[in-house]
Amino acid sequence: MTQTVALTGNTAVALAMQQIEPDVVAAYPITPSTEIMQSFATYIANGEVDSELVLAESEHSALSACVGAAAAGGRVMTATSSQGLALMWEVLYIAAGLRLPIVISVANRALSAPLNIHGDHSDMMGARDSGCIQLYAETAQEAYDNTLQAVRIAEHPEVRLPVLSGMDGFIISHSIERMVVEDREAVRGFVGPYVPHHPLLDLAHPVSYGPLALPDTYMEHRRQLVEAMRRAERVIEAVGTEFGARFGRTYGLTEAYRLEDAEFGLIALSSAAGTCRVAADELRARGMRVGVLRPRVLRPFPHARLRDALGHLRAIAVLDRADSPGGFGAPVFTEVRSALYGLPSPPLVIGRVFGLGGRDLLVEHVTEVAEALEKALETGEPPEPVDYLAVRE
Amino acid sequence: MVNPEPLGWRRIPEGALILEPGNAVQYLTGGWRTFRPVLDRERCTDCLICWIFCPDSAIQVKGGRLLGFDLEHCKGCGICAAVCPPSARAIAMVEESAFQDRAEP
Ligand code: SF4
Ligand code: SF4
Repeated sequence: MTQTVALTGNTAVALAMQQIEPDVVAAYPITPSTEIMQSFATYIANGEVDSELVLAESEHSALSACVGAAAAGGRVMTATSSQGLALMWEVLYIAAGLRLPIVISVANRALSAPLNIHGDHSDMMGARDSGCIQLYAETAQEAYDNTLQAVRIAEHPEVRLPVLSGMDGFIISHSIERMVVEDREAVRGFVGPYVPHHPLLDLAHPVSYGPLALPDTYMEHRRQLVEAMRRAERVIEAVGTEFGARFGRTYGLTEAYRLEDAEFGLIALSSAAGTCRVAADELRARGMRVGVLRPRVLRPFPHARLRDALGHLRAIAVLDRADSPGGFGAPVFTEVRSALYGLPSPPLVIGRVFGLGGRDLLVEHVTEVAEALEKALETGEPPEPVDYLAVRE
Repeated sequence: MVNPEPLGWRRIPEGALILEPGNAVQYLTGGWRTFRPVLDRERCTDCLICWIFCPDSAIQVKGGRLLGFDLEHCKGCGICAAVCPPSARAIAMVEESAFQDRAEP
C-alpha cells in the first residue's frame, strides 16, 4: 500500500533497496551514506530481504565484489560517499567498461583535505568521465524514486551501464522528509525480474570477462560505451515517464521552473534548486523574470534539452556545488556554456561555485547573483565569468 | 601473418566480452616475436616440459612426440628454451631476422 511517511534520505534509499531486494550488496561504511547500509543490514537481520550482504574491507573491495557478482549474473547494489567513492575510482571504470548494471547510491560529500564530512558534489563530479550514468536527486522522495528507476535504467538492454544515484549529503541524506513510499509488490512490478546478459554462471554458454583490448580494438569498445550513454537519455526519459504513470511522479532529464517567459535563468543540481526556486519567486515579485532549470541527469549530459530550455534567455547563472581548481569554471558551468555556445545569440552565462563542504546556500546568495546578471545587461559590463559565492576574503 | 579485419564499434561485443570460447586461436600473435625457437630433434627427449610451460600453447605435439612450434601464435618468449632440461638443451632461440619467412611486425 502506498504510504506517506517521514524518512531521511538514507533510510528512504535503504527502503528502496529492501523493496528491490538485489541479489548481492557489497559495501563499506562511510559518512554520510553509512545509514543506508546500516538500515539495509537491519532488513537482512530481520529476515525482510534475502540479499547476500558482503561486508568488504574497503570501498575498492566493495565495488570489486559488486563487479564479480554482476558479471556472475546478479542484480547488484552498493552505497558510498566521498573518499569511499574515490577509493572505488578504478573499479568504476571497470564496471562501466564491462557494461555491468550496478546501482551505486551516493550521499554526496566533500573530499579531503581538509577533512569534511558535509555535502557537496566533488565526489561524483570527479567520476563523471567514468562511464557511469549520474543522477542527482533534489529530495529524499526523489532519492527513493531514483533508486527504483536506476535499476531499470542500468539494466535496460540499450544501456547496461552502472548508475551513480546521488543525493546531497546531510542536507538530504540526514533530513527527515515527508514522502510517499510505494507498495513493495508495486515496486517489484515496476523494477521487474533481472535478466542478466551473458552471466558467468551460465555454464552452458561460457564467456570471458575482462580480456586485454589492444590499440586495434580498445577505441571501438570506448566508442560503443559512448553510444550506450547516448541511448540512456531516451531510456531515462522513458523510465521516468513510466514511473510517473505508475506512481504519479514523473521524471525527465531536467526540471524547469517558470522558464517559459523568463529572461534570466538559474541552474543548479540537487537540493540547491529549491533555494533557487524561492529566489526566483522573490525576484519575480520585484519584476525580474527569473526561471530555474535543475538538471537531474549529468551523465549523459542532456545538452539538446538544455539548448531548447535555455536558448531564449538573456543571461544565466550556473551554480556549482563543486569546483575544478585551475579550470575555467566548475563542471556544470562548463557543460552548460559549451551546450549553448553554438546558438545564434547565446545567453550570457556565468558560473558561481557555492556550498563547498556543506556551506549553506541562502536565498540572498542566489538573488545577489541574479541581480548581478541584471546589472550586467543594463550597464553592458559583463560580471566575472567565474567566481565564488559566500566565501570570506 | 595478418589478423582478420577487426569489428567496428557497432558490432564489437559489448563490454569487450569474449563470447566464443577458445577464440584466441583467431588472434595471430606470431608477429610479436623477435626470437624464434628452433628445435634440435636429435637432442629432444619428448619430455614435454616445454609443452607444459609454453604460455601460448604453441608447442605442437602429436602422440606424445614434439613436432615443432606454431609460429602463427608463438610470441618468442623463450620459456621453452629455458625450461628444456640441461641434459637435452634441444631448443635454441634464434633472432627472427635470420629467417627468410620472418614474421611481419
Ligand atoms: S623440454 Fe626440451 S627435451 Fe623436453 S620436449 Fe621440450 S624440447 Fe624436447
Ligand atoms: S618461445 Fe614462448 S611462445 Fe614460443 S613456443 Fe617457446 S614458450 Fe611457447
